[in-house]
Amino acid sequence: MADFKSLSLSGRKKDVSDKDMTFMEKLYLPAIAKGMGITLRHFFKPKVTIQYPEQKREFSPIFRGRHILMRDENGAERCTACGLCALSCPAEAITMTSSERKKGEEHLYREEKYADTYEINMLRCIFCGLCEEACPKEAIFLTQDMAPADYKREGFIYGKEKLVMKMEDIKSNTK
Amino acid sequence: MSLTLIAFLFLSLVAVFCGLMTVLSKNPIHSVIYLIGCFFAIAGHYLLLNAQFLAVVHIIVYAGAIMVLFLFTLMLMNLNKESEKHKAAIARIGAVIAAGAMMLVLVAVLKRADSLAIPSTQNIAIGTIENLGRVLLNEYLFPFEFASVLLLSAMIGAVLLAKKDHQKAA
Amino acid sequence: MDLGFVIEKSAIILVIFAITMLIALYSTFGERVFASYFQDRLGPNRAGPGGLLQPLADGVKMFTKEDFIPETPNKFLFIFGPFLFMTTALITSSVIPWGDTLTLFGREVKLQAADINVAILFVFGVVSIGVYGIMLGGWASNNKFSLLGAVRASSQMISYEVAMGLSIIAVLMMTGTLSLRGIVEQQHGFIDWSGNIPWFSWNVFKQPVAFIIFLVCAFAETNRTPFDLPECESELVGGYHTEYSSMKLGFYLFAEYINMFISSALISLLFFGGFNYPGMDWVAHNLGGNLATLVGVGVMFTKTLFGIFFYMWVRWTVPRFRYDQLMNLGWKILIPLAILNILITGFVIILNGN
Repeated sequence: MADFKSLSLSGRKKDVSDKDMTFMEKLYLPAIAKGMGITLRHFFKPKVTIQYPEQKREFSPIFRGRHILMRDENGAERCTACGLCALSCPAEAITMTSSERKKGEEHLYREEKYADTYEINMLRCIFCGLCEEACPKEAIFLTQDMAPADYKREGFIYGKEKLVMKMEDIKSNTK
Repeated sequence: MSLTLIAFLFLSLVAVFCGLMTVLSKNPIHSVIYLIGCFFAIAGHYLLLNAQFLAVVHIIVYAGAIMVLFLFTLMLMNLNKESEKHKAAIARIGAVIAAGAMMLVLVAVLKRADSLAIPSTQNIAIGTIENLGRVLLNEYLFPFEFASVLLLSAMIGAVLLAKKDHQKAA
Repeated sequence: MDLGFVIEKSAIILVIFAITMLIALYSTFGERVFASYFQDRLGPNRAGPGGLLQPLADGVKMFTKEDFIPETPNKFLFIFGPFLFMTTALITSSVIPWGDTLTLFGREVKLQAADINVAILFVFGVVSIGVYGIMLGGWASNNKFSLLGAVRASSQMISYEVAMGLSIIAVLMMTGTLSLRGIVEQQHGFIDWSGNIPWFSWNVFKQPVAFIIFLVCAFAETNRTPFDLPECESELVGGYHTEYSSMKLGFYLFAEYINMFISSALISLLFFGGFNYPGMDWVAHNLGGNLATLVGVGVMFTKTLFGIFFYMWVRWTVPRFRYDQLMNLGWKILIPLAILNILITGFVIILNGN
């Protein structure tokens, strides 16, 4: 086996030495001039800043952002309040209460049972996506958006009013 | 009253006031600040005598360097009223006698100074750096060089004092 | 005293004051923008077009902050410190010649507040008084970090003042005058044809060593990186202005930028020919003296602004020195080098004289 001290995984290993500096190195000014050249090159380089509200960084297609509770093509909520998402959630961020669908509410809820309240605590959520995988009704999905900031902790407990898909988005609902 | 006279009176007033406050103020830091004010007033007097170079150098050397060192020492030693020990009565009496004797000498010298002719300040060029340099390096070359030797010896003394301490510690 | 003179000088003083303030104001903005450009960022660009109103926003913020005075036995000195620092920073600009003479209404107007024959010494004197602003402020804060920052600042400034003065002496030996206007006028044009060998007339080409020493000392005197130990955040919280808030802190920061501006102006005057530029005689001859002077003022400000840019450029290149390195550089390298430079200059002058 080769001497492991000479191994370099990154290929950029440099040996430390404490040999005396040459006169040119002691002058220090050439080194400063070289450094100033480097900083000046950076001065004219294209900037990496993304100007956030106007420009947005592109997310990966499998990015997991804030949740959405889907409606079907007719606008009825898909969720049947089975509780599998809450069960699968490792952070225990999801709570819900269920109710029975009444007569005349068929256009609101797809199944006979529905979630009366459905809350996700965004401060607990770790955006693992297990709820999405656990859902048998394809009701909950993680979107490409981020959960926005808020001034109070209460603002991060998302109820149905924030989670259920907006009625006007149904047309674009292809999933 | 001419403008020069008003300036002279004002500067003298400031100088005397600051000088008195230097001695009288309890807080040593305030003393130093009053002394700086006094230096400025004296620099103003130099300006009235058309000695611009002397005035500026006075400020650079005394106000700008020496008094900063004074402040340094005071700040680092933290000489507050509380921590200062009361001097013994005999030391106070000694100080009064010494200061009185000093004042006597000064008064005696100043009384004799009447006979000295005050150089005319009409000549504006008298205090310029060119004239000063010419006079210093021709007529007064010996005292000038002697002063530099004095400073050199003081410097060597200071280095020696610092070195001695260092050897003991090592 | 004649009225025209009073009006002329008052106008010049007001204009210089306004320009100094404006440049200091926009230096704060420039610092942030340049800093971010050196780090591949964009910097503040939200307030106004391109972020140009950012300094105003910063100023409003500074004014509306709580003006806190710590528990200190010296409230007067605490307030006096920033006042003194700001005053001394502003006073220096009075002896700096911003341009040649203009001819207005039959008067020869020198673009300078006061042309005194010991101008350089005056600048040094005022700068040495500026130390008190930092020292008194830091001491009166009644805080260990402030005191340490103040002690560092003042010892650094005293030490580098020596090297700075010595480096200037070599230049003064050549020029033979202490008046800044005189020094600038000797660097007329760009190339001096009058000597045996034509050579550049600017002092930086005649005294490169003095220039480098002066430059390094100027960085140390203005407490800028790599010599910003007095306000070294990683060791001393904020240095001498740790306890300051609101506009008193603003004064300290502002005065630093004014100092930068003035020292850049001094460097351009002493070493880069101030308001002289190549082909100035041609401009004066063909386009009139007033226009040539105005171009000269523009050139002077360009040089000065480049100096400020240089300060910021160095700030993002060179890391901070250690305190012992700072003192070694000042006392063991720069001062002997400056003295050597004086000796060599003296020899050359004597040889030329014979």
